[in-house]
Amino acid sequence: MEFSFSEDQNELRRTARRFLEVASSEARVRSAMETERGYDPATWAQLSEELAWTALTIPEEHGGLGLSYLDLHPLMEEIGRALLCAPFLSTVGLGANALMIGGSEAQKELYLPGIAAGETRATLAFAETNGRMDAAGVQASYVRNGAGYLLSGAKSYVLDGHTADLLIVAARSERSAGTGADGVSLFLVPEDADGLKRKWLPTMDQTRRLASVELHDVTVPDDALLGDEGRGWRLCERTLDLARIALAAEQVGAAEMCLEMSVEYAKVRKQFGRPIGSFQAIKHKCADMLTLVESARSAAFYASALATQGGEGLEEAASSAKAYCSDAFFHCAAEMIQIHGGIGFTWEHPAHLYFKRAKATENLFGGPAFHRERVAAQMGL
Amino acid sequence: MEIQLSEEEEAFRQEARAWLQEQLNGPFKELQGRGASGDQDRYVEERVAWGKVMGAAGWNCIGWPTEFGGRGCSIKEEAVFNEEYVRANGPGNVGHIGETLLGPTLIHFGSTEQQKRFLPPIVSGEEIWCQGYSEPGAGSDLANVQTKARLVGDEWVIEGQKIWTSGAQYSDWCFVLCRTDPEAPKHRGISCLLVPMKQEGIEVRPIRQMGGSSEFAEVFFDGAKAEKDHLVGGVHNGWKVAMGTLAFERGASTLGQQYLFQKEFEQVVAAARESGAAKDPILRQRIANAAIGLKIMRVNALRMLEHEGADLNREALISKLYWSNWHRDLGKLAMDLLGPEAELLDAAPYELTAMQKWYLFSRADTIYAGSNQIQRNIIGERGLGLPKEPR
Repeated sequence: MEFSFSEDQNELRRTARRFLEVASSEARVRSAMETERGYDPATWAQLSEELAWTALTIPEEHGGLGLSYLDLHPLMEEIGRALLCAPFLSTVGLGANALMIGGSEAQKELYLPGIAAGETRATLAFAETNGRMDAAGVQASYVRNGAGYLLSGAKSYVLDGHTADLLIVAARSERSAGTGADGVSLFLVPEDADGLKRKWLPTMDQTRRLASVELHDVTVPDDALLGDEGRGWRLCERTLDLARIALAAEQVGAAEMCLEMSVEYAKVRKQFGRPIGSFQAIKHKCADMLTLVESARSAAFYASALATQGGEGLEEAASSAKAYCSDAFFHCAAEMIQIHGGIGFTWEHPAHLYFKRAKATENLFGGPAFHRERVAAQMGL
Repeated sequence: MEIQLSEEEEAFRQEARAWLQEQLNGPFKELQGRGASGDQDRYVEERVAWGKVMGAAGWNCIGWPTEFGGRGCSIKEEAVFNEEYVRANGPGNVGHIGETLLGPTLIHFGSTEQQKRFLPPIVSGEEIWCQGYSEPGAGSDLANVQTKARLVGDEWVIEGQKIWTSGAQYSDWCFVLCRTDPEAPKHRGISCLLVPMKQEGIEVRPIRQMGGSSEFAEVFFDGAKAEKDHLVGGVHNGWKVAMGTLAFERGASTLGQQYLFQKEFEQVVAAARESGAAKDPILRQRIANAAIGLKIMRVNALRMLEHEGADLNREALISKLYWSNWHRDLGKLAMDLLGPEAELLDAAPYELTAMQKWYLFSRADTIYAGSNQIQRNIIGERGLGLPKEPR
C-alpha cells in the first residue's frame, strides 16, 4: 500500500477545487440551502455530465470511468471543503455502491449507466424513526405476493430521499419477525412506484437533505430484489461502510477548511495591538486543529486505500475513519467559531454552516460512539 | 499495514533482523528489553559493550553519509532498522545522543578536525555523549542559558549548571551551550562547546525521578575546561547550532517506537480481558479509541516517510505532539482498566510494574525534546505561518 496521493489524484483535486470555488461558492451554497430540493440542478448537470464525477467509481462496462476509492477521496475532501449541496454522497456513496456490490448484471446494466451519466439519483433507505444503525432498526416489512414483493412500513433519515429517482429500501421478511440480520432484504424501488410517499424532513444543517419514506403496500417485481433474499443486511452494511469512508474524506476537507479560515482570521484580526494568532491561546488551538486534520486524513486515506485494494479489515477501517473524522471535524468547526468570536456566531458568517454540517455528518451513518463500539467488537472485546 | 520496501530494502531488513536475532539471543541475551524508559540507569556497562559490538558490525549511525562512517541509509531504511531493533527487543541505546544529535550537528557545523576527532568514536560506540542544553532557568526558553565560558589562554573555562541531562552519569563528552558574550542580546552571545565529562571541574548529581530511578542528572561546571578548538560552528553562533541540532531529528525512530507502543497496547488489551474491564461500555470506548489512535499514528508515520526529502512536512511536525499524547493516554487507560490492582507494586521497596512505568514515564513524553506547548508553537509558526510572539 502506498501512502501518498498520485499526481493524477492531486490533479483531480485541483480541478475539483477550481470548479467548486465557483459552483459551490458561499452564495451558491446559501441559495441551494433555501430550496426544498436542496441543490442546484444546473450544478448537478455540470458535475455529472462535464466533470463525470458520478461516473468516477463505476466500471467502464457500465458507462463509468472505472476509477478507485482513492481517486474519489480527494474529490470528497474538496466537496466537504466547499460544502457542496448535491445528492452526491447518496448517489455515489450509497446507490451506486449497493448496486455494484449486490446487483445482478441485469440490474447493473439497467441502473449504473444512468447513475454514471447523472440522470439517475439514487439512495439507500435503511434507517427508520427508531434511529438505529444496526439490523434491528429495520422494521419495515415485505411479503412475497404473486407479482413479486409487497413492501410496507416507513423509512426515515433517508439521505436525499425526497429527490432520488431510485430508492434502495431495506425491509424485513414478515416471516423473520426478529431483530437480527437474517431476513432483511434490499429492494430497488423507483420514485414513481404506487404507494410510495416521500416527504422532506427539514434539518438543522441546511446543506444536506433528509427525507421520510412511507411504503403503503408498494409492489415491486421479482427482479427488484437486490442480492439474495434475506441476506440484505450484509450488503447494506458493506455499502454503508463505503459511504462512511467517502463521508470521512468529506469531513477531512471540511475540517481543513475550518482550520484555514481560522488561521487566516488569526493572522489579520488584531487585539492588544497584535494579531490574535500570535497569542499562544489561539496558536495552540490552531496547532491542535492541524494535528487533528492530518490525522483524520490518515484515517480516511487508509480506509480509502483498503477499499481500493480490497482485503481484511474494511469494517474496522471504515468505523475508525468515521469515528475519528467526525470528532475532528466537529472540534475544528467548534474552534473556528471560538477563534472568530462574535462574528463566528452570526448567520452572515459561514462558520455556522460548517458547525451544523459537522454535527449532521457526525450522526449520519452512525456516530462516533457507535463506531468505536464497532471497532471494539471487531477487536473481539 | 506495512511500509513498502524495494527488494534491496527488504534484503536490508532481513540482514538487520538476522544479525540482531543472533546477537540478542546469543551473547547479549540478558540485555533484551533492558535500559528502556524507567530502566535507563541499569546495565550501563553491558549496554556500552553492546554499542561497541553494534559499531564493529556497522549498525551504528547507519543514516550518516558514508564519508563520515555511516551507511548513507535513507530515512526509510533507518526506520526499518529501528523497527527490527525493537522487534528483537534491543536494549536502550546509550549512544543515541551522539548518533542522532551531536553527530549530525558536527557533520553540518563542525570543522574537518572536529569531524575527524569526534565522529569515528561515535560510530564505533567508544565515546558516549550527553546534551548540555537545559538549565534551571532555560527550559523551553533555551536562549536564556546562563552557563558562561571564557577563553583563558588555549582553553575555555566554564562556570554554571545544566539540568535534566540524560545519561550524564556515564557519558564521556557533553556538548554544552554556553554564554560567551554576556553583553550581546541573548540569542547572539551563545556558543556550543565540546566538553570532556571526566575532569575535575565537573560534578554530576543524579536526579531521582518520580518513578524512583535516576536517568538524568544535574551537571555543575566549576572551572571545567574545554579545548579552544572544540567550539562548534563559530564563536557566538551557538544559537544557530542549537536550532540546527533540534531540527536534525529525522523521525527515524518512529516505526520502532510504534512497534513498542503496539506491544504495550496489546498488553493493556489483554489485561482488560482478564479483569473483565473489556466488557465495560465506557472502557470499551476508550480501548477502541486507543486502537484507532495507534493505527492513525502508523499511517501518519508512513505518510511522513514517503515524504522523504521534502521540507518539514505536516506529518513530521505533528508527530511528537501526537505520539506523546497517545502514549500518555495509554498509561492512564492501563491504570483505569486494572482498578484496585493498579496500585500494587511488583516488589518493595519500589519496583514498578510495566504498566505503572507507562503511566508514570509517559508524563515525561509530553515534556522532553520540546514540550507539547513548544510543539504547538512550532506547528503554529512553521506549519501554519502564524506570527511569532513578540519578544
